[in-house]
Amino acid sequence: MPHELTKPASLTVAVLLSVGRHPVTGRARRADQDARGLELALSLSAARIELVHAGPFDDACEASMRGYLGMSSGYTETGADSVTLVEQPSQADVLPALSHALSESLAPQLVIAGERTEQGEGSGMLPYQLSESLGWPIVGGIVAVEAVDEGVATLLQALPRGQRRRLSVRLPAIITVNATATSPRQSAFGPARRGTLAVVEQPAVHDEAQDEWHVEPARKRPKRLKIVKSTSARERFKAAAAKSDGGGGQVLTDVTPDEGAAAIHKLLKEEGVLR
Amino acid sequence: MTLPRRDPRQERIVRNRRHPEHDRLMDDQGAGAAMVTWTGPSGVRRCDPHRCGFIGPNGIKRIDRGGSQQPMGNAAPSAGRQQPTAQRRHIEIESPAFLVTVVPDMPGGRLSSHDRDLLGLARQLADADAQSPGAVLAIVMGAHKETQWGDAGVDRLMECGDSALEGYAPEARLGALEAVERELAPRFWLLPDAATGGADLGRRLAARLGERPVTGLWSLESAPETAQGWRCTTRGGAGSLDIQRPLSRVILALEECAEPVSETHHAASVLTLSHPLLPLLSRIEDQGRVPVDPASIALAEAEFILSAGNGVKDWEGFHHAARVLGATEGASRVAVDDGFMARDRQVGATGTWVTARVYVAVGISGAIQHLQGIQRCDKVVAINKDPDCDMIKRADLAVIGDAGEILSALVARVEQEREEQRDAA
Repeated sequence: MPHELTKPASLTVAVLLSVGRHPVTGRARRADQDARGLELALSLSAARIELVHAGPFDDACEASMRGYLGMSSGYTETGADSVTLVEQPSQADVLPALSHALSESLAPQLVIAGERTEQGEGSGMLPYQLSESLGWPIVGGIVAVEAVDEGVATLLQALPRGQRRRLSVRLPAIITVNATATSPRQSAFGPARRGTLAVVEQPAVHDEAQDEWHVEPARKRPKRLKIVKSTSARERFKAAAAKSDGGGGQVLTDVTPDEGAAAIHKLLKEEGVLR
Repeated sequence: MTLPRRDPRQERIVRNRRHPEHDRLMDDQGAGAAMVTWTGPSGVRRCDPHRCGFIGPNGIKRIDRGGSQQPMGNAAPSAGRQQPTAQRRHIEIESPAFLVTVVPDMPGGRLSSHDRDLLGLARQLADADAQSPGAVLAIVMGAHKETQWGDAGVDRLMECGDSALEGYAPEARLGALEAVERELAPRFWLLPDAATGGADLGRRLAARLGERPVTGLWSLESAPETAQGWRCTTRGGAGSLDIQRPLSRVILALEECAEPVSETHHAASVLTLSHPLLPLLSRIEDQGRVPVDPASIALAEAEFILSAGNGVKDWEGFHHAARVLGATEGASRVAVDDGFMARDRQVGATGTWVTARVYVAVGISGAIQHLQGIQRCDKVVAINKDPDCDMIKRADLAVIGDAGEILSALVARVEQEREEQRDAA
């Protein structure tokens, strides 16, 4: 079709993928946030999508990568039917290799990543370090890319309490996907088998700091105790028997509805909840 | 020479407190005040039950053995409320050995409980060595409403009220933190690992400083053999792992990582940078909030809730008020059971535990289950007919009157203000 020929893929998007971990069974799966990131990339029209993963190439890796490919490899025109697998040993710092792969061979305008990995340290630092080493701006907690126009992307960012904020960022940029972004589509088995993994060798840098860490399954955090600092039995009794009254509250009796409404209006304005 | 003479009659009257002349005699001798309390032969404090104590609220005489005798009447509650600040030990650190910098998130312009926990953690780091204590520096960016800095444990306060730092300006904020790093070189950087901003800013700062941060910290212990002198436990792998590792300079801590400061009061003296901040050309532009349908926000994370109870009669008016105010609707159990509101809107022990910043309870008397559900709300406004109900006791602002009339007056006021703004614009 001539229309498509005149309008080639104007935007190259790289989606960083990681090996997820099922929270109950502990099996390898597609990571939830990265799958949302891929869903976000697939929602962009006329974008070429590069799937990138850095890490050891083993069974767990293949299983989870095929989970992503099952979402995307039906869309061959986007180029999302193959994962570029930057092979690294398991205790390696993948930042140099990934940074090299992004800047030299893939050259995307937009990099989409999840906020934290589901395995290992999960510090969420990788996108920020990539941003620092590539010199690209980073924006966190994105739920949608509204438009990409003349090198500027308009993004929708999730804020706490269900709020949204619109941002515009100059490309190339890195975005991380919030957990409230559109939930990922199902992974289809056939496309998952047909997708390919292209392994790329890169020199590895061993992460020495992790050697002195002691890692164990998370134990339940101790519940915070109500500490009563008292010297006498009377104070302890008072603390135990205290009724929770807010105290210091202002009570307006015998006011007209208008005066009452004025007082409430003032408080709402002070708190900044009226928009 | 005069012999000490005893007056057997007087002694008898002193012993007999029912004697008509007993009180006069005690006052004359001046023995009354002295003999209310004394120390017995075994060192136990004794008191004369007839001459001490006060009349309690229900008319029964009470003796306070705790030592802090309170006079009867209205003075008691106010004295009780002022005690905590009066009892706090005042601490001033003139020349700190090092700085522990805290960048609180301050959602809504006030220190959140997470921020207070973080300041408690900062105090642990600063006060570890009593010979050379460090100072806790809090950096506030943008406008704020907080006044209790000293009680929160802040020694130095830096307020960057620059307009470039308002809204979402991560690059400008990072620039401000970098300026602090260059000028003051603090030993630790502490930020809350929370979606309200600290998680993003802290990671930016760590990447810029080239430090490997400690993220998701929830426990800290002293370990002199490590470089920083501390070990910590952090959450990793999406909450599935505990990692024990040495502490680093940049720390992102979870909620309840430490106890907030409760015993001391600190100076909170103002500190400023010697150079003004340079304007940055930002590649990220904030285009402002996007209006979100308040009804689509989950009740548990809504910021502003208008909640209805048994006292609401005009339901159309209530829904209209929620729309005009832009509030998420909530309901008490009665309103849900009577079929006026959906079950997923119920607030309380059997419904949703809400975390709103402002909670307006319209015609809700405040059953204990409902009050449990709004424990974590910051400001509670009650509109009710009954001035003695429990919700009024919990509320920060209570208006006694008819709920429908007050709501419609409020709606009229808000609409009028919007009209004026539209005319002015």
